[in-house]
Amino acid sequence: MPAVPHGLALASPLEIRGLRKRYGDNEVVAGIDLRLNAGECFTLLGPNGAGKTTTLRCALGLTRPSGGEIFLAGLPVPERAREARMRVGVVPQQDNLDPDFTCAENLLVYGRYFGLDDATITARIPELLAFAGLESKRDARIQSLSGGMKRRLTLARALVNRPDLLILDEPTTGLDPQARHLIWERLKQLIRNGTTVLLTTHFMDEAERLADRLAILDAGRILTEGSPRDVIAAQIEAQVVEVYGDWNGTARNGTSGAQAWAEAHAGAFARRYEVSGETAFCYLDDAAPLMAHLAEQSGLRYLRRPANLEDVFLKLTGRDLRD
Amino acid sequence: MATTPLHSTFRAPRITHRFVPVWRRNFLVWRKLALPSVLGNLADPMIYLFGLGFGIGMLVPEIGGVSYVSFLAAGMVCSSTMNSASFEVLYSSFSRMHVQRTWDAIMNAPVDLDDIVFAELVWAASKALLSGVAILIVIAVFGLVDSRYVLWLLPLIFLVGLSFGALGLVMTALAPSYDFFMYYFTLFITPMTLISGVFFPAEQLPAAVQVAASLLPLSHAVELARPLLLGKVPSDVVLHLAVLAAYGVGGFWVALGLTRRRLLG
Ligand SMILES: Nc1ncnc2c1ncn2[C@@H]1O[C@H](COP(=O)(O)OP(=O)(O)O)[C@@H](O)[C@H]1O
Ligand SMILES: [Mg+2]
Repeated sequence: MPAVPHGLALASPLEIRGLRKRYGDNEVVAGIDLRLNAGECFTLLGPNGAGKTTTLRCALGLTRPSGGEIFLAGLPVPERAREARMRVGVVPQQDNLDPDFTCAENLLVYGRYFGLDDATITARIPELLAFAGLESKRDARIQSLSGGMKRRLTLARALVNRPDLLILDEPTTGLDPQARHLIWERLKQLIRNGTTVLLTTHFMDEAERLADRLAILDAGRILTEGSPRDVIAAQIEAQVVEVYGDWNGTARNGTSGAQAWAEAHAGAFARRYEVSGETAFCYLDDAAPLMAHLAEQSGLRYLRRPANLEDVFLKLTGRDLRD
Repeated sequence: MATTPLHSTFRAPRITHRFVPVWRRNFLVWRKLALPSVLGNLADPMIYLFGLGFGIGMLVPEIGGVSYVSFLAAGMVCSSTMNSASFEVLYSSFSRMHVQRTWDAIMNAPVDLDDIVFAELVWAASKALLSGVAILIVIAVFGLVDSRYVLWLLPLIFLVGLSFGALGLVMTALAPSYDFFMYYFTLFITPMTLISGVFFPAEQLPAAVQVAASLLPLSHAVELARPLLLGKVPSDVVLHLAVLAAYGVGGFWVALGLTRRRLLG
């Protein structure tokens, strides 16, 4: 007989099939499928309002989906969501540390919600505070912590039950660069030690740095999915040349600057180009002919770089502002 | 178009032992501020009891065979229990639910909303009991307590705390902001206090007002507490307990349904 008990060893930490969530006539999650592999970092990358938080709330059993199936830690959600959350840690988008307590008390009180006894939690508190770099803040009140410290304490709180799956909703939004790097280091450490991580973000660099796999989400749909490298390779040309500044060539129909140049010449060199504001973005597999052409133009300035996730993101979700 | 059908939102509460760590969370906060909290809760009823009690007591020699201040003592125990539980589930629970997002944090752990709201209810009743006991001790010191049945007041105070805690949680589930609670006190709690025999016997009120009072929970609390404080056995005990319990159970059920709709939508 096969040695796999009840197929549990095969269970994904989180599997979502055909998830839909409607608010009134507004379908904010419109058919999402995803399956996390144990031990990987999976990132949901999407602009504001894409449906990231709603997807996570459904996955945790905190709101009832309008359609689809969810299995968290192998258990059906929402039916057995509470049991499934025993194995999960959550860092919410909005800080909700307990302002009436010190750092250590926050961890103690939170551990009790998992049914842990005080001795077990108290034994874990020093290592959790050390992980968060908050040893010296053990008895500090929450109001006295910086934004970065609060995030790190929230991360430590999410680890109090030693979860198999850690879910983080925009964990570095609003933090300064130093604080973000510290969070990333801690997450890498957790991933290396085998914790599965599901992360949402609208920062490309965060996704590119941390994700084994990512999905780009917009208007409740997954637009593309794969490793950051594969997504870039599949979705976009290898090179980007950004062209801006004045142009002294012959313009058609009253345009000027980079736009006039792009309308006259970009199509001849780039597979695809796009003018946004003062800048023409040219996407191409071989930039050499375009670079040679640009070197002969006077007034134009230009920048050549490899394509990145941001180019994919903007291609797929557009350049319109989101609020 | 509701995404969740009504019968599912208002399904029966499912209470488990997991409400206990949530109750303990509130208790730990209270313990840090216990003394000022108890003294604060004590000040108001004491000012009424001794201010009104001795002031009016000069004009009204006796009510039903006891001094006015002895008459008023039971009313003060009930109304301050009511106020203590109401304040807790209105201002403090709303803060935990809406402002601090403490409930959101707890729901990310393996604790369901049913247990959280139940913990808030039991906590409000516990806090009411703590301040009720403080009042009982003070009035006992002033010789206003007949000790025969006084211990029965403890479960009664807890029950009154549950009834008003549950009613208040309905308001909390509906409240857009703290301002909302002012209306609850001005339009409901204060008029009810005036017609429920707290300050003066309800029998002298018009019949319609007496009927209204008998439909509300506070008068039933007073009908039980007053004889118990004076060393007598109350009448219609089952009726009074049933009304208080019905408000507790019904209020909690409705409050939980409304809270589910608000937070789990
Ligand atoms: N409880 C709700 N009621 C109505 N609309 C909601 C609710 N929650 C979220 N939405 C809407 O769903 C969309 C997706 O929201 P959200 O999942 O928070 O996006 P993201 O986390 O990607 O920024 C938004 O347009 C938001 O306004
Ligand atoms: Mg969000």
